[in-house]
Amino acid sequence: MTMSTPATRTITRFPETASQTGGPYVHIGLAPHQAGFEIFEHTWGATLVKPGTPGHIALEGVVYDGSGTPVRDLLVELWQADAHGHYAHPADPSPSAFRGWARTGADFDTGLWRFDTLKPGAVPGPAASMQAPHVALVLFARGINLGLHTRLYFDDEAAANAQDPVLQGIEWEVRRRTLLAQRQEREGQVVYRFDIHLQHADPARETVFLDV
Amino acid sequence: MPDPTSPAFGAPAWGPFVQRRTELHPPALSPSYKTSVLRSPRNALISIKQTLTERTGPLFSADELGPQDNDLILNFAKEGLPVGERIVVHGYVRDEFGQPVRNALVEVWQANASGRYRHKKDQYIGALDPNFGGCGRMLTDENGHYRYRTIKPGPYPWRNRINDWRPSHIHYSLQGDGWAQRLITQMYFEGDTLIAGCPILQGIPDEAQVRGLIALEDRANFVELDSRCYRFDIVLRGRRQTWFEGK
Repeated sequence: MTMSTPATRTITRFPETASQTGGPYVHIGLAPHQAGFEIFEHTWGATLVKPGTPGHIALEGVVYDGSGTPVRDLLVELWQADAHGHYAHPADPSPSAFRGWARTGADFDTGLWRFDTLKPGAVPGPAASMQAPHVALVLFARGINLGLHTRLYFDDEAAANAQDPVLQGIEWEVRRRTLLAQRQEREGQVVYRFDIHLQHADPARETVFLDV
Repeated sequence: MPDPTSPAFGAPAWGPFVQRRTELHPPALSPSYKTSVLRSPRNALISIKQTLTERTGPLFSADELGPQDNDLILNFAKEGLPVGERIVVHGYVRDEFGQPVRNALVEVWQANASGRYRHKKDQYIGALDPNFGGCGRMLTDENGHYRYRTIKPGPYPWRNRINDWRPSHIHYSLQGDGWAQRLITQMYFEGDTLIAGCPILQGIPDEAQVRGLIALEDRANFVELDSRCYRFDIVLRGRRQTWFEGK
């Protein structure tokens, strides 16, 4: 007969600090020019690649609440690989010089946000899989208690999307399309449109958010 | 940005972050915080196995910051000093296992002593201070320590219920070295009587987690004839060991 020995000690694991909303004035800290003033010599913005540069694309969209109203006090950040699928981080086997990180606030009148960047390459996934080109986004705003993570995929990458472990791991096939940005061409620019629904009466149309 | 190929930068292992304990955070739908009602997803979050996308993240270097970026008393001063209680705030940023998070970007923003934000959308009657901007930023040092100087923010009323008031607070944005570690939160002040009735803070379902957001008066570190001092430590998600994964 075996008896279990109750543990008298515990492994130390500190609880993560609780999240709080960024609030309506998140711009003061993270995009002060949008709050209406200049303070820092160096600021970070929404442009990683200037329009007109070879390979440039724009990503744009509006975030809607459950009533279909644009979320105008939104702050959104982007993290992506370079055109060859490498990140500017030492965990990448071939770290990139392309920063791949940007942030912006939505327009206070229209709710439109926009990034100017490059289309990322495919990135290795779990095991031997490859992830389709994608951009990670995180959303902060008044009324959002814990930053919402999602991913933007490209609708002109059907073959790669069909093999992507994250997209294919979404049990509800109808929800996968909420992560696909639609390619447009406007005034010589390639623009991918990506509207986000924080909440929607139709569960198939609410954007997929990720627990990463 | 720092040279990410430099072997001296960061730790050698970049495993995935430990699963987030969502019960430690306020739920997306917190009806007493009314704005959350239409801004909270109805579907469950989709849990994914972390990939390189989530294990990596933006890194920052000191040359991207200015010498006064962490001095909110001076970084917007025009013709004099801002009005209000001078305070120093400091603390350590560590991960769930107690390891210092080095080189983390800490960004802070706040109202001035009157409870008024320098923001084109803030209409509160409290006066703007011409010498106070209300934002600052810094990187943690090799011990995970950060420090800045500011004016203690005032409380202010807000439209939630008809007469709700926010306790004095400073907003924090934190970026460690991985995308999944990203955190935005708020710091409150020990002894503030508005804390108990704040729908945003009290939406956190765990009392110890609420207390974790309240800075303690650090009497030993008051600056003589100058400033009071508060201590606020922060815990970010930690990375798992990766002994059995090639990289």
